[in-house]
Amino acid sequence: MLTKKVKINETVHDFDENLTIIQACELSGIQIPRFCYHERLSIAGNCRMCLVEVVGGPPKPTASCAMQLKDLRPGPNGEPPQVLTNSEMVENARKGVMEFLLINHPLDCPICDQGGECDLQDQAMSFGLGESRYTEDKRTVEDYDLGPLVATHMTRCISCTRCVRFTTEVAGIDQMGQTGRGEDSEIVTYLSHTLDSELQGNIIDLCPVGALTSKPYAFTARPWELQKTDTIDVMDGIGCNIRVDSKGNRVMRITPRENHLVNEEWISDKSRFVWDGVRVQRLDTPLKKVEGNFMPTSWEDALSIASKRMENGNTTFVAGDLVNVEALYTASKLSEHLGSAKILGDLDTTCPLKGRSFYVGNGKIEDLDHSKNIFLLGTNPRKEASVVNARIRKAWINGADVYRLGIQENLTYDVKELGVSLFDLQIFFDKMGSKKSFWTNTIFLVGYSFLSSKVAGTALNTIRAYVERFDLKFLVLHQNASAVGSLDLGFEANVKVKQELFKETKTIYNLGCDTLEVDQGNFVIYQGSHGDRGAGSADLILPSACYLEEDGIFVNTEGRMQYARKAIQPPGEAKENWKILRALAEKLGYVPNWLDLNGLRNALFDELPLISKPGEIIEVPWKAVEKQKKLSSKIPLPGYVKNYYLSNSICRASKTMGSLARARNSLNLKKAS
Amino acid sequence: MLRRLSVNQPKEFSFSKTNLKWAKAQLKKYPKGRQASAVIPLLWKAQEQEGWVSKPAIEFVANFLDMPEIRVLEVATFYFMFHLKPTGSKAHFQVCGTTPCMLRGSESLIDVCKARINGKQNSLSADGSMSWEEVECLGGCANAPLVQIGSDYFEDLDKESFEKLISDIEIDEPPIPGSRIGRFSSEPLNMTKKYSRKKSSRENASIERYRG
Repeated sequence: MLTKKVKINETVHDFDENLTIIQACELSGIQIPRFCYHERLSIAGNCRMCLVEVVGGPPKPTASCAMQLKDLRPGPNGEPPQVLTNSEMVENARKGVMEFLLINHPLDCPICDQGGECDLQDQAMSFGLGESRYTEDKRTVEDYDLGPLVATHMTRCISCTRCVRFTTEVAGIDQMGQTGRGEDSEIVTYLSHTLDSELQGNIIDLCPVGALTSKPYAFTARPWELQKTDTIDVMDGIGCNIRVDSKGNRVMRITPRENHLVNEEWISDKSRFVWDGVRVQRLDTPLKKVEGNFMPTSWEDALSIASKRMENGNTTFVAGDLVNVEALYTASKLSEHLGSAKILGDLDTTCPLKGRSFYVGNGKIEDLDHSKNIFLLGTNPRKEASVVNARIRKAWINGADVYRLGIQENLTYDVKELGVSLFDLQIFFDKMGSKKSFWTNTIFLVGYSFLSSKVAGTALNTIRAYVERFDLKFLVLHQNASAVGSLDLGFEANVKVKQELFKETKTIYNLGCDTLEVDQGNFVIYQGSHGDRGAGSADLILPSACYLEEDGIFVNTEGRMQYARKAIQPPGEAKENWKILRALAEKLGYVPNWLDLNGLRNALFDELPLISKPGEIIEVPWKAVEKQKKLSSKIPLPGYVKNYYLSNSICRASKTMGSLARARNSLNLKKAS
Repeated sequence: MLRRLSVNQPKEFSFSKTNLKWAKAQLKKYPKGRQASAVIPLLWKAQEQEGWVSKPAIEFVANFLDMPEIRVLEVATFYFMFHLKPTGSKAHFQVCGTTPCMLRGSESLIDVCKARINGKQNSLSADGSMSWEEVECLGGCANAPLVQIGSDYFEDLDKESFEKLISDIEIDEPPIPGSRIGRFSSEPLNMTKKYSRKKSSRENASIERYRG
């Protein structure tokens, strides 16, 4: 890295010479107004809002986003080049650009959803003229339909092309573009197709004006009346950082928070638009089954029924896919007290071997950025971890090779196919195994369909042997938010063992698992938030808070612990998950030595120091590979079979997710025909 | 000018044999993976073949160059030289309307177009054989005013000679390109010494086309 001295206004700084002027200004604490420039997108330089003066440079202002420091000329006596961000020229340039931008921009801020958080509005306050000198006709542009998520008001568009660059570069769909030229240029999709991407919601955040806004959120709230809560998303195993905006006790929208280690600043559509499912289909009072019908009852009654059933032993605790660690921990303690089994109920998490170095690995999402080879083994990251898929795509654009074992599905980037079965993987290893230079900077991403194979243990060991030999990375991509947390707490994920444990059971304590198939003879207690499949098959229902309604810990697929915070109150009689379990524990004669959430967390951290540092991954000792066998299974690995938009109980309650699933189905039908 | 695809579109498009051979040769000009650079020449060839750039042509080119359709659409809508609506089957008149031509009377040529072809530019005449548009400087100011048909210039026009030009095309009489007042190239009007002049060729791309 070569540094270069640059004088910004009156102070001289040392910068990496590859930085652009706007980045250097940012580093030295000077804010430059901008519309088209975005850190994570390519440079367009078409809004001209970031103009600065380069002393001794061309006698016109320079677009600071598109000028690198290394291109600046030193002064006549070798003094460092100077950039002015507050001179008269800059002031005039910004005013001029703003006036041009406002010429065709409608004055509809009072009815625009972007009002209050609009870049154009904010910057017009600083650089706008206050009154228009333009008396001619304004331009109007037709709106088009982008599907059920993004509303378009194209007259407001200032043609910054952030949406075009995002969809092309990050989301990897070549559908949006800018047609025409000059005043008549329009942002369009080809033949007005709706967007086919899991990340399209991000263009709402990227749009600096109100041209692209959220359809489900339309006209429901103003940004200044929203209460903002920083929390964690649970729609996939990534643990995307989100901000929940609520008004009263209603969630109005969800937006991403920046966290470079996890989700950069993108979230998937599922994470963003699932909030309308939070308020409907809720279990808001304890219910017991009387003669085949659910009857409302009191907490007291419900808990005593539950404790009576559980006292007799033979209870199995089943963890669902959206449960936080506190609830899992309390359930786990209770199961120890009762001497009963605890298993992972959701069908998408499995691991043949115990220990974090098997079910998490030593890799991080961040490692993808500088990987040379990325192996996708039995995983479809586009569906299972959409944000990670964008990150793999970024690595691919920067020259990484992506290899895939499994079903061929479109992942938005080119993939080198290894085959479909573990045997094909063995062939590849036999061929490339000894080439040391090939394996530098390699990461293996292992998914569910790989781990669910009958010989997954052997296969995992083969991979780990390579990881050990060449000092590589491997990361298991879990699909569910509670997967790593429950595995850390010792919930059983092995399908065979699970079946064994189920043989003896009489009472099932179901913690929000909707994919569990139970025999008629069992008494099922369902603790969960939504009236979905799991609740339907229950005999007793204990209503609980969902992920936006209670404080909790979630451990993401890398083993990173993150705090989710309470944004709204749970409806009706529903209570926090850990509280229900603690009350039940007391009834069963087990009194934990903690009373509140802090006490619970302290006890949890003492027992499980692995997850005691928020936002961090604590490295676990690497378990050495014991034995290694050749892989010979020729059974093809299954693909992603779930309905992506309807994968959990909250999604299934959401109207938006329903319409997305419908749109996707009809699109698939169209493609098939 | 708002440029969008025409409402009426043909069902399909494909290059003629010679054009296909030519297009494949064009690809060799560019390094592997950079074949999208050939998008403008290919669209231009498609327009030469059909007279205009249709939606199937855009999709054909996108497919041929392995690039997203929207990127080809962006190029086709950006450049005014691509016609997105059908042009006259016999001739598409491009009347220069820039200052030198305007001073020499191009406005009267446009009046002729309006009267004889269509009141609106880029629209077909009643029988679909002709269309016209006003374009920016054609670079033939010394012979102003002038009209371009295909790749031929018809220079030193006035109302009468332009009317005759249209009539000639109407009756399938191929007009000879060049000056309408008999001067060679852009030689002075009152030339004392006449240079020997080769007999003008009757080669004319756009006229060849309707002659078949």
